[in-house]
Amino acid sequence: MTPLDVEGAAAPPRRNGELVFAEPWESRAFGVVLTLCETGALRWADFRGELVARIEAVEQSGEPFRYYRCWLDALERITVAHNIVARTELAERGRMLAARVPGHDHP
Amino acid sequence: MGEDPAEGLSAALRVEALEQLLAERGLVDRAVLDGLISRYENDVGPLNGARVVARAWTDPGYRSRLLADGTAAVAELGFSGPQGEHLVVVENGPGIHHVVVCTLCSCYPWPVLGLPPSWYKDPAYRARVVREPRTVLAEMGLQLSKDTRIRVWDSSSEVRYLVLPQRPPGTSGFSEEQLAALVTRDSMVGVALPGTPA
Repeated sequence: MTPLDVEGAAAPPRRNGELVFAEPWESRAFGVVLTLCETGALRWADFRGELVARIEAVEQSGEPFRYYRCWLDALERITVAHNIVARTELAERGRMLAARVPGHDHP
Repeated sequence: MGEDPAEGLSAALRVEALEQLLAERGLVDRAVLDGLISRYENDVGPLNGARVVARAWTDPGYRSRLLADGTAAVAELGFSGPQGEHLVVVENGPGIHHVVVCTLCSCYPWPVLGLPPSWYKDPAYRARVVREPRTVLAEMGLQLSKDTRIRVWDSSSEVRYLVLPQRPPGTSGFSEEQLAALVTRDSMVGVALPGTPA
């Protein structure tokens, strides 16, 4: 992992000294939810309900709390529950992407 | 819950898989998604809220409108978007201090403050600020006098809160721009006071 360039031109954006997103996948997961809500494929209140449930489950389990992990879990669960994607195809696609030849794993 | 799609996969791969499937269904457009993320990383942030506060400090009519209907008043300055639909502005004053939390998740007024900082999403802040606000605020560096009443506002999917801090002393004659520079994100969540002139 390359250390983040904090000062230079490649410095990630910060808000009051804090990164908006710690890793690129967090921003993608965030953007997917917003897009689905904007197009009406998802209702924010439904997503929020799932997010609240995930956060509560993680807090009760004593696992380390990572906010965007909860966000991603909630996103997968709600898209599956609303029949937007199937759980099996998510797993299949994920495995397919994982099996890519190194160096060709960027979109 | 059946097969767990997350099993053995990194979060990055899980998101990529989902994004691909959604794109193939025409539900997500990569370019639109890129633009949206960039907007939240670069454009939407606490400076919007600072402008709102500075306007309220200098324009009594605007202040009244802001307290009466937060959503409409911030839209006057061009700030609107998701998570800002029902914005309620609560005003600090002598003897009263407001602080905002979302006990269940992370509801936050994005159009005026951007995305929430990590401490706002942290279980410790969310649980404790309700039970012992004075202690939590002191730990965050804000010592309030015993005479000051603290009111905690719990955000929800319906209502988001923005704190209108008190205008700092020694700022008469300041322009709106100078005032906005004193308004921090934390002061608009209620865990700090605005800066004072140097």
